[in-house]
Amino acid sequence: MKSRSPAAGELLGLQPNGSPIAGPRRHVLDLDDFTTSEIRNVLESAKGMSEVLGRDIKKVPALRGRVIVTLFYEASTRTRISFEEAGKVLSADVINMSSSGSSTEKGESLLNTGLTIQAMGVDVIVIRHPHSGAPYLLARCLDRVGIINAGDGIHAHPTQALLDLYTVNEKFGTLEGLKLVIVGDVMHSRVARSNIWGFARMGARVVLCGPSTLLPLDMLQGREKLGHDHPLASVEVDTDLDRAIEGADIVMALRLQSERQNAGFLPSLREYIRRWQVNDARLGRARDGALVMHPGPMNEGIEISSSIAHGDRAVIEQQVTNGVAVRMALLYHLSGVQPSAPELGDTVKDHSDGR
Amino acid sequence: MAGSAKASPLLIRGARVIDPARGMDRVADVLVRDGQIASVTPHTTEATPDGVQVIEAAGMVVCPGFIDIHCHLREPGLEYKETIYTGSRAATKGGFTTVCAMPNTEPPIDNAAMVGLVRQRATTDALSRVFPIGCVTKGRRGKELAEMGELADAGVVAFSDDGDPVEDPNLMRLALTYSADLGLAISNHCQDMSLSYGGVMAEGRVASMLGLPGIPAAAEESMMARDIALAGLTGGRVHLAHLSTAGSVSLVRQARERGIAVTAEVCPHHLTITDDWVLGRQTLADGVATPFSYDTCTKVYPPLRSEEDVEALAQGLNDGVIDCIATDHAPHERVSKEVTYQDAAFGISVLETALASSLTLVHESRISLPALVERLTSGPARVLGPRFQPLATLSPGTPADIVIFDPVREWVVDSGGFESMGKNTPLQGVTLKGRVVATLVDGHIVYEDGENG
Amino acid sequence: MVERQIMGGQDIRRALARVAHEVLEKNRGASDLVMVGIYTRGVYLAHRLASNLLRFEGSEVPTATLDINLYRDDLHARRRPIVRPTDIPVPIQGKTVVLVDDVLFTGRTIRAAMEALNDFGRPEQVQLAILLDRGHRQLPIRPDYVGQNAPTSMDEQVRVRLVETDGVDEVAIIRQGSSN
Repeated sequence: MKSRSPAAGELLGLQPNGSPIAGPRRHVLDLDDFTTSEIRNVLESAKGMSEVLGRDIKKVPALRGRVIVTLFYEASTRTRISFEEAGKVLSADVINMSSSGSSTEKGESLLNTGLTIQAMGVDVIVIRHPHSGAPYLLARCLDRVGIINAGDGIHAHPTQALLDLYTVNEKFGTLEGLKLVIVGDVMHSRVARSNIWGFARMGARVVLCGPSTLLPLDMLQGREKLGHDHPLASVEVDTDLDRAIEGADIVMALRLQSERQNAGFLPSLREYIRRWQVNDARLGRARDGALVMHPGPMNEGIEISSSIAHGDRAVIEQQVTNGVAVRMALLYHLSGVQPSAPELGDTVKDHSDGR
Repeated sequence: MAGSAKASPLLIRGARVIDPARGMDRVADVLVRDGQIASVTPHTTEATPDGVQVIEAAGMVVCPGFIDIHCHLREPGLEYKETIYTGSRAATKGGFTTVCAMPNTEPPIDNAAMVGLVRQRATTDALSRVFPIGCVTKGRRGKELAEMGELADAGVVAFSDDGDPVEDPNLMRLALTYSADLGLAISNHCQDMSLSYGGVMAEGRVASMLGLPGIPAAAEESMMARDIALAGLTGGRVHLAHLSTAGSVSLVRQARERGIAVTAEVCPHHLTITDDWVLGRQTLADGVATPFSYDTCTKVYPPLRSEEDVEALAQGLNDGVIDCIATDHAPHERVSKEVTYQDAAFGISVLETALASSLTLVHESRISLPALVERLTSGPARVLGPRFQPLATLSPGTPADIVIFDPVREWVVDSGGFESMGKNTPLQGVTLKGRVVATLVDGHIVYEDGENG
Repeated sequence: MVERQIMGGQDIRRALARVAHEVLEKNRGASDLVMVGIYTRGVYLAHRLASNLLRFEGSEVPTATLDINLYRDDLHARRRPIVRPTDIPVPIQGKTVVLVDDVLFTGRTIRAAMEALNDFGRPEQVQLAILLDRGHRQLPIRPDYVGQNAPTSMDEQVRVRLVETDGVDEVAIIRQGSSN
């Protein structure tokens, strides 16, 4: 029963001990399998991409002839447009598919939709889905398409985390040794999960703060048994924001969805604001020049005060701008892996909705 | 089921014969005649009389056919998942000669006519014995009691709303009191639906990492504690289905110590694999997700749990706190599993891997082979009641329901070759040790491993 | 694996001095010139040429850096190099651009560089300065200034090492013994 199928690790580019090897990657599913050098490469290339975005002619031919499909099962303007712009600046053809008005609305399964898109010769699928693990299903079952996770359930949002890393790195010139406090509903935040992996992997000190009902304490279970170089081994938890924010270099406030109160995670928004809102008084305890981040969309006045949201320490708009550069870098690095060529005679299914 | 037409006598020679009901474990020859066990005698190499068919079984184990008190054969209504015919073929391939089919079919088995239908199919289609379990409540809706007396008269062997718990504590109490004189157990699927709300796997580190809603152990344990209390209150026969947590094992242990008569079962998967398998069978030192994570074939109720739980369940099985192994064989068609983890159906196709999985405990010296055989034969017969004892022994004069298996033969699980229509196993590609060589029902060979000729 | 040095520090210095003189000669001075170095080593060579021009003629020639990775036509490359920011500090419209790179081989890098330059304006003229020309062109591209010609075979590799990146100035040819 302890037997293992041998080839799986090699397929994934994983060494026998489980640590990822730096090499061409086909999928971006989460940051948990990114090495520090791989993250550094992406951030470095994002600088180059950022320069392209500053040009008069914002177009380079790098991905000419490549086709990218954005497949969104959840409404999102920001992330979808960010990917679309990234692809188009690199000269890829970008096709947007949303779950409404398409075959998916007619009950076609995610997998069949994926197979159909693959049969059309698409190179990369950017997927957002309300269920954790949906991109993994596509990555497992489709063999000729790269998968980028643009947010799956409450699991991961690796491209958002990479742009957060980029934004912080740009401001401080480093990530190592910085103190990041993530405040709020960490449990239900895919952004937080990916950022925990990313920042911890890059040597930042990560502190999770919020009501105990909204902290992913299970994820950190037994972390003291992990090797000290394991990203999760060093993650800290503190429910007291006034204490946690002490000396922070970065404060990341997460969106608090009002449903959480109805579901009993919180007694009231009022109490949440009193104890966990990122406001001026609290930010005063952080380091001078500390950054305030928010993955958006914001509930101003709830998890973050208006004065902070629009204050000079907030880099929330830069986060959005940097998103395009980081996604360009990812698309570019991913395209270095040539998917095996489609075989002749592959059936191309018509996925049009018949209108 | 195979009839009992005249056939030549059959001698199974030189195997290790284990008959827990009689405390037997020795190398012996088993003679089958007219569908019954004729004799079990010390092994000799003397020439056999003419007209006796011989199976040379040195190195094999011969024991009473296994009894599964918890499986889902899906018929009627869900024949695209499994039928009584295919399910019984899977059963005999797995060494089971008797299986009890849960009533969560479409429609559910909550009246005498439905019981009659299943019994009819069992007679015409099945290779193994198939007995129906009847619903506790009408339509499995948990609102009013099913006509339990009529169901008993029609031939159900137990009651259960499995797939769902009997949530209302008072209704459970009344069911136990009302059915106390019927002599049949009520098998409850213990799950506090409020605590398990939306959960798809065990609450814990892996669920939290993968962003999957968790089911806490307390969801099972709190209802199990309730049912034990109700058993004490009513004197009814509570059977606790598919234990999955260490806490449940100690609840049953305490109940026994207090003299409350409850019985309990555990599934092969809960005895052998953990929630790490949701992260991917390729359990990596770093524990990071891979494309092999979120394998929907690991989605089962109750969920796969921690190493500590697995340990406690194995211990409980060895101690006898847990009476028997039941498969909770839950076959599903492909599309129920080729979806996201949250959308996937709960359930594992177990019948054909049950023995080999369970033998892992023997290979790891956590239970003896005779004890394991007991938990697959006399144990489940005890839960069902005295009239099932003859199916769980090799005593002369009892029906020749026999399994012959090779306890050490290695094989690689390939669900493509399953007799079951359900190919949903997390063990795909895994090497297991122990394989059924032949299965006999009423003295007829209903399964023979092709690879042995 | 056999490594053979074909240029030492002295050779490189002399070659760059000669190339600088040729640039001055061909363009009758250094006005309207922009030196554009191609990442990585071309950038340092462009700086060295610019400082030679300053020394010989007293003219400050603007230096720019160009990353051509986003313009490559070899998409099938297994691993994609890091993209660096291109930095062209002066308008190149109407200027004479001298592209500078360390090795000229197939010509594909230079083709990509010319396409990249186009996105920044239309130079009057584009010239090409190369430290080492190893032959085997796959495109109709011809250098204007060459530090040294070195016929090589396809299975040989050329290594240019510069003080700025490698701590030493030299050019070596490596003949493959193994596949290293």
